[in-house]
Amino acid sequence: MKKYDYLLLRFGEVTLKGRNRARFEKAAVEHVRALMRPYPDAKIRREFGRIYVDPGSENVETLIPILQNVFGMTSLSPVRAVQPELDEIIRAAGELIESMELDRETTFKTNVRRVWKDFPHSSQESNPLVATPLLKRFSLLKVDVRNPELELRVEIRDKAAYVYGEVIPGVGGFPLGTNGKALLLLSGGIDSPVAGWSALRRGLELECIHFHSYPFTSEKAKEKVVDLAQGLAEYAGKVRLHIVPFTEVQTSFTQMGQDNLMITLMRRAMLRIATKVAEREKALALVTGESLGQVASQTLPSMNVIERATELPILRPLVMTDKDEIIRLSRKIGTYETSILPYEDCCTLFVPKSPTTNPNLRIVNKIEAVTPNLERLIEEAAAGTETIELLAGGARLRREAAEAEAAIKQDWF
Amino acid sequence: MLNFDHAASTPTASDVIRTMAEVMEEHSGNPSSIHRGGEAASRLLERSREVCAAAIGGVKPTEIIFTSGATESNNLAIKGMMLGRKDRKTHIVTTAIEHASVYESCQQLEELGFEATYVKPEADGIVSLEAVLAAVREDTALVSVMHVNNETGAVQPIAQIGQQLKKLHPRVRFHVDGVQGFSQLSLDLNKAGIDLYSLSAHKISGPRGVGILYVREGVRLFPLFSGGGQENGLRAGTENVAAIVGAAKAFRLAAEGRTQRAKKMNALREMVTAEVNRHAGLRLTEPEQSSPHIIHFTFSGLKSQVILNALEELGVQVSAQSACSAKTEKPSRVLSAMGRGHEEAISGIRISLGDEHGQSEIRELVKVIGSAVERLAPLEGRKR
Repeated sequence: MKKYDYLLLRFGEVTLKGRNRARFEKAAVEHVRALMRPYPDAKIRREFGRIYVDPGSENVETLIPILQNVFGMTSLSPVRAVQPELDEIIRAAGELIESMELDRETTFKTNVRRVWKDFPHSSQESNPLVATPLLKRFSLLKVDVRNPELELRVEIRDKAAYVYGEVIPGVGGFPLGTNGKALLLLSGGIDSPVAGWSALRRGLELECIHFHSYPFTSEKAKEKVVDLAQGLAEYAGKVRLHIVPFTEVQTSFTQMGQDNLMITLMRRAMLRIATKVAEREKALALVTGESLGQVASQTLPSMNVIERATELPILRPLVMTDKDEIIRLSRKIGTYETSILPYEDCCTLFVPKSPTTNPNLRIVNKIEAVTPNLERLIEEAAAGTETIELLAGGARLRREAAEAEAAIKQDWF
Repeated sequence: MLNFDHAASTPTASDVIRTMAEVMEEHSGNPSSIHRGGEAASRLLERSREVCAAAIGGVKPTEIIFTSGATESNNLAIKGMMLGRKDRKTHIVTTAIEHASVYESCQQLEELGFEATYVKPEADGIVSLEAVLAAVREDTALVSVMHVNNETGAVQPIAQIGQQLKKLHPRVRFHVDGVQGFSQLSLDLNKAGIDLYSLSAHKISGPRGVGILYVREGVRLFPLFSGGGQENGLRAGTENVAAIVGAAKAFRLAAEGRTQRAKKMNALREMVTAEVNRHAGLRLTEPEQSSPHIIHFTFSGLKSQVILNALEELGVQVSAQSACSAKTEKPSRVLSAMGRGHEEAISGIRISLGDEHGQSEIRELVKVIGSAVERLAPLEGRKR
């Protein structure tokens, strides 16, 4: 017998009240749908500001960690659904507690809510009716109504009664995409994927942009970024990645004899290209993984000069976050192992020994004005962008395609 | 000739052979090269690592180190843990019944000034949790206990030892030689608090020449081989890609078939133990818990070699002691540690079962044991 019938996803009062409610709910359902795409047997149902996922033949334990990532969701519970009759409810509750295999005294209370008013007992009356037989049956349960370790909840509706004990916290935030779309500058490092995840969690829809300087940066470096974007797609359901051919722009700066401004010039060119792509894709802001003071281009004077290259708002979710915390988040969202792979990205190319931490805007403007064909090269780079669409669960398919190309057969494993 | 010496080595599964042949045919790149050929080889290697991590269960691919076999894995685990330490911890706790690659690694370290305590098992071949814990000292850095003894099949209380170590001595590392247990018994490395875990491919229908050392994230080892920094810097040397891919398949199949296999082998095992128990001269070694695939008995007073010869003449190959010490005439270290006298310790016989065995093979084996014992019993009597 199945231990659970549904996963119940709850959304915060704040997000689901007021005029935005319908839009938020729709966004949340769509997000759940996208995350469940690799699990076609799971069925999704929306009801009273909640989402129920029927796992079908899928394993509830597999789905929980995936659904925990539904943005805007406050918590989720695996639930049993039974006929709304007292005996059935007590039986389901008994089975639930039995499956927990209690091995020590556990404090407990019941929390019965009668939503369906035709149920013969009120919420008040129902609590002892459910609790008493359970206390009799499980001698390790001790009542504590203030601070119980186990709160057995029962919700009685007309079609079914839902019984559950476990409440698993969600990541919070806003439903995916409800705050508009932004373009994430994705390098190969630790920070930008974390910034991307933070942006997603806050209700932004994301596209990613990456600057690739082949042959100075390798195919592996590009693949690594695709893997990172894939990591974000596992949270977002879908992410588009724009890969910019950056070699021409980058090498044009190396001719200028201003090595210590190299990074400033490069970052400004990146912002200009990103702005063009953002406008084309109707993204309203750029997102970066910058953290104040972390490297030469992330000092306040550098940010000041670099940021002036775009008119779009730049969102920096990590700007005040310490590296340790960023690394912790990176591990948590699962991008850390990929981020630390040692492939050079374009930001580490042609980098002087001592890049400036305090660039002069006037000089920067002058150099850009005399860099041959800069405007045209930037146009060409933006126009020559390659776009890859990544879907949740796509990591396996992508890898199999890459393996097939490398003459690796699946049945070898 | 019927072979019942699978604890020594197993026939390579035909699927594994086919895989290896194809990989060898189609991929000759060095995984460390950055061209396409190297890239493909590197993909094969990383995919193998994932498959092995999944077969072990609950571990990360980055925690899997490929070696040349369990002997190397055990050497790397033990010497790598003790050599190059910055603290003053110089003591190892292990058991008197470990495989030679563990036992002698510890002895070698003793020659270098380290100290080792060899915990003796109870009479049935199982070390007690209490005895292991009692041997742990302030300066103990490592505890190494095998999962299943390769000679008697006795299952050691790994999970309990690991859990108690984590509770009482959280800084002591725990190594488990998992070679004989893997195909038979499931083991949750996380629950058992295991930091280092050795496996061998050729004991589970994989190729010879591939082993695994699981190294828990954060555990640091001093590499024994220097060179190209392969295997996360822990094991330099160009990887044997084709054999590793074949091994990954074998580990996966071994893990997937474990429950079925153990059930089947337990039934076969009972047929053999019933026969052993039928002969007064034979003494079945009966640990409280035994791995399904090993049956061990002694024939007091008769050298193992004699019994082996008699069985082989009748078409059955079995083993005395473990394969690695089978050629010595000395009494078994394991049996001696269990408190058996000389007469018994020279007469151990190990029968070990494999995937291709069914009832008919076992019936033949039982018949042969019967005839051999009938033939040898009078000799044994005369000698006494």
